[in-house]
Amino acid sequence: MSQDDVSRRRKLLVLGNGMAAGRVLEELFARAPDRYDVTIFGAEPRVNYDRIMLSPVLAGEKKFDDIVVHDDAWYAKHNVDLRKGETVVAIDRAARNVRTHSGIVERYDDLIIATGSRPILIPVPGAELPGVVTFRDLDDVNAMLAAASGGGNAVVIGGGLLGLEAAAGLAANGMRTTVVHLMPTLMERQLDPNAAYLLQKAIEKRGIEVLTSANTNAILGDTHVTGVRLEDGRTLSADLVVMAVGIRPNIALAKEAGLEVKRGVIVDDLLRTSDENIFAVGECVEHRGQCYGLVAPLYEMAKTLAASLAGEQVSGYTGSATSTKLKVTGVDLFSAGDFSEGNENDEVVLRDPRRGIYKRVILRDNKIIGAVLYGDTADGSWYFDLLKKGADIAEMRDTLIFGQAYQGGVPMDPAAAIAALSEDAEICGCNGVCKGAISQAIITKGLTTIDDVRAQTKASSSCGQCTSKVESILKFTLGDSYSAAGRKAMCKCTDLTHEEVRGFIISKSLKSVPAVMQELGWKTSCGCPTCRPAMNYYLLCAWPGEYRDDAQSRYINERVHANIQKDGTFSIVPRMWGGVTTPDELRAIADVAERFNIKTVKVTGGQRIDLLGFKKSDLPAAWAQLNAAGLMSGAAYAKGLRTVKTCVGSEWCRFGTQDSTGLGIKLERFLCGSWTPAKLKLGVSGCPRNCAEATVKDIGIICVESGYDIHIAGAAGLHVRGTDLLGHVDTEEDAIEYVAAFMQLYREQAAYLERVWKWVEKYGLDRVRTEIMDDHDGRKALLERFQKSQLAVRRDPWAERAAGRELHEFTPLAALAPITAVAAE
Amino acid sequence: MKQEKDFWFDVGPLNAIPPRGARTVKTPRREIAIFRTASDEVFALENRCPHKGGPLADGIVHGRKVACPLHNWIINLEDGEATGADKGCARSFPVKLENGRIYLDMSVAAAL
Repeated sequence: MSQDDVSRRRKLLVLGNGMAAGRVLEELFARAPDRYDVTIFGAEPRVNYDRIMLSPVLAGEKKFDDIVVHDDAWYAKHNVDLRKGETVVAIDRAARNVRTHSGIVERYDDLIIATGSRPILIPVPGAELPGVVTFRDLDDVNAMLAAASGGGNAVVIGGGLLGLEAAAGLAANGMRTTVVHLMPTLMERQLDPNAAYLLQKAIEKRGIEVLTSANTNAILGDTHVTGVRLEDGRTLSADLVVMAVGIRPNIALAKEAGLEVKRGVIVDDLLRTSDENIFAVGECVEHRGQCYGLVAPLYEMAKTLAASLAGEQVSGYTGSATSTKLKVTGVDLFSAGDFSEGNENDEVVLRDPRRGIYKRVILRDNKIIGAVLYGDTADGSWYFDLLKKGADIAEMRDTLIFGQAYQGGVPMDPAAAIAALSEDAEICGCNGVCKGAISQAIITKGLTTIDDVRAQTKASSSCGQCTSKVESILKFTLGDSYSAAGRKAMCKCTDLTHEEVRGFIISKSLKSVPAVMQELGWKTSCGCPTCRPAMNYYLLCAWPGEYRDDAQSRYINERVHANIQKDGTFSIVPRMWGGVTTPDELRAIADVAERFNIKTVKVTGGQRIDLLGFKKSDLPAAWAQLNAAGLMSGAAYAKGLRTVKTCVGSEWCRFGTQDSTGLGIKLERFLCGSWTPAKLKLGVSGCPRNCAEATVKDIGIICVESGYDIHIAGAAGLHVRGTDLLGHVDTEEDAIEYVAAFMQLYREQAAYLERVWKWVEKYGLDRVRTEIMDDHDGRKALLERFQKSQLAVRRDPWAERAAGRELHEFTPLAALAPITAVAAE
Repeated sequence: MKQEKDFWFDVGPLNAIPPRGARTVKTPRREIAIFRTASDEVFALENRCPHKGGPLADGIVHGRKVACPLHNWIINLEDGEATGADKGCARSFPVKLENGRIYLDMSVAAAL
């Protein structure tokens, strides 16, 4: 400011009358009430109100008057000239004035652009139809309330903060509401999948349908919206559609005035734009590459701007850490900072499945860098405060997750803590079993294992969360005589065994990885390479056709349908049904080997041909060529059916008793496709001379004059073991049925990565025999479940990938050529 | 004269890498694995396990770590160090995420 200006009041124009503008003026008047004559142009025909409280207005919990920030009296008191409903259409920087849509021209000394943002409209057909609204201002809320008064169906597009608040409000107003969300989990920018899972449960509990991974294709209707069509072809009927997919800074005015803009209006740390007399604040701003859509950063900006306008020395705005709370009554959710995966050794997770609580604090170098809280958010602001301060939490790390109230105590060894508990302390919350009841049962009934305790007391039989507590009680009740033998936790992420996790997946109808981790109290947020593939398999096996396979929880071989080699290249093995091939197939294999410069072509032990040394990027092309000759994936990489080795059998062999080759081919065709706990190899021999070595296979069939002997549980790897006879059947059809039923029993009962022989020894051969050979209804049911599991998977994964599926696995993200020299300028 | 920012090369959008996944960037000197964690952080390591040169981009990403597909060494994505009892380090490279796109600092990635 020059010396001459001091005598007269400067003219401050504010474009926009939202929360940022209101806060700037409040801060400014508190500091320098007489410095400026202020004029505000607000596009909305009303005073400044608290936009974030529109959700409670929609839900009927508040009225507009409750959320007004500055009433008319306030503007009068501060001599502010508020022009409601007056939109500025141009800024003339040279003349230092602005022009409004009605032609008014107003001069300024300093100008604040606080034009905020507008909702993004997704560009689909029908987006302009009456009945399609956004959720930004009071008019939108009134439109929604008017629509809701007629009942009917509402579709909310967008499962973020605003979308969910809109959905909750509409449901509260009696509309049948569906949320359509593009991403696999709700509020993915603020929540990890675990908290998102709990949130989705809570939203669904209110009768709101949630569709994730759902892309809106079109909005239907002629004169008014009638429905929404999704990309997968589903249509949802709708009387009201709310688009809440995000916001975009309003920069048009600034851009036309020639100010520097990118996503938002570019400002420096003093909120100054590229013109020294023009400032910008709020959601329209881009500061250090960041645009903000939450209120806290706007307030921080407003404070800096007001102080600088008031002529104070200010250090400048440096950006904001943000935290989020969802304003849906009854849903407690808090997220702040970097809630990213983190390092599982550097995060603290607390889950209480029964009360639906999940808390996760992410640390780095003994500082909190993020927090996600669900169900109990009382300590959210405490964590956020520690985060913003960068406080060292090393001292309180052990009790950090219990919150502020628990600081200062002496941490206890968990076993000692259990021993110190009173007899009536509740151990199992699900079934209400106290410590005394458990130790009493252990002594009087002579219990020695967790399973005994579960059977006798029900403790830890529902969610399994208290398993380690029950184990501690067993330990100190039995002393040295307690042995944990045979009980091995799945991995360091849980205290539960494979069998227990599997049991709970079925008994509690858990249908996703986050559901399993939350309801069973996982100790890490995202699992590890041991538990994730196992959970993925158990879920696939339990819910065929319903659970969606998680490629990222699979080992590379199963992800790219080839076998990784020591140099990072891959080998592929086409199916050769029963070990039988044709000249055409061999020619196609030879052509592929030549075209891709394959150095080693190897006949495998399973009667097929292995091509070694493919570059990963060549795989889809090689498969397309093999597919053209009728060859498909041999699944030589899969925890699934590998090969069925056969001898030539009765068709050629003078000793052959049955068509072992034919049976082998039929078995391979029937059994291939679905996943199993570990790889599965079969053999079919045409006579007891056993040329197909069927008696060291997972499942082996020995043909005899009277029919077929089915053998199981052989091994010829690290461990060598002859098979056990499961039983005898008379016909080929029976042989296929019994083998498939056995395979399903193995699929349902064995732990992940457990080979057949190992599982049979554990499960008991007699029990397997009873269930397959004697229980005819049980066997039929197994067969039926097996066939159901096959429906979802009987496609050639190679053909799918040759056609372009998961192309990202086979192509680099980018290939940068050497930089060519450029002549110096 | 080149400004420092010119060395940040746009190698593609974040959503070209699946969450808890990785893809490679081929450069004249080396192949670099770009990892995306479940919460959309990105990290860049030379695509060679310090143990036997396994392609780390093919491993299972969990938290801020990756399990090498060859012998299951667990490598820390932040600095490339092997974890646990294993000793060794995969070289890490500066990478950043801006407006949904991934940028690799080629002044480091293309250097010796």
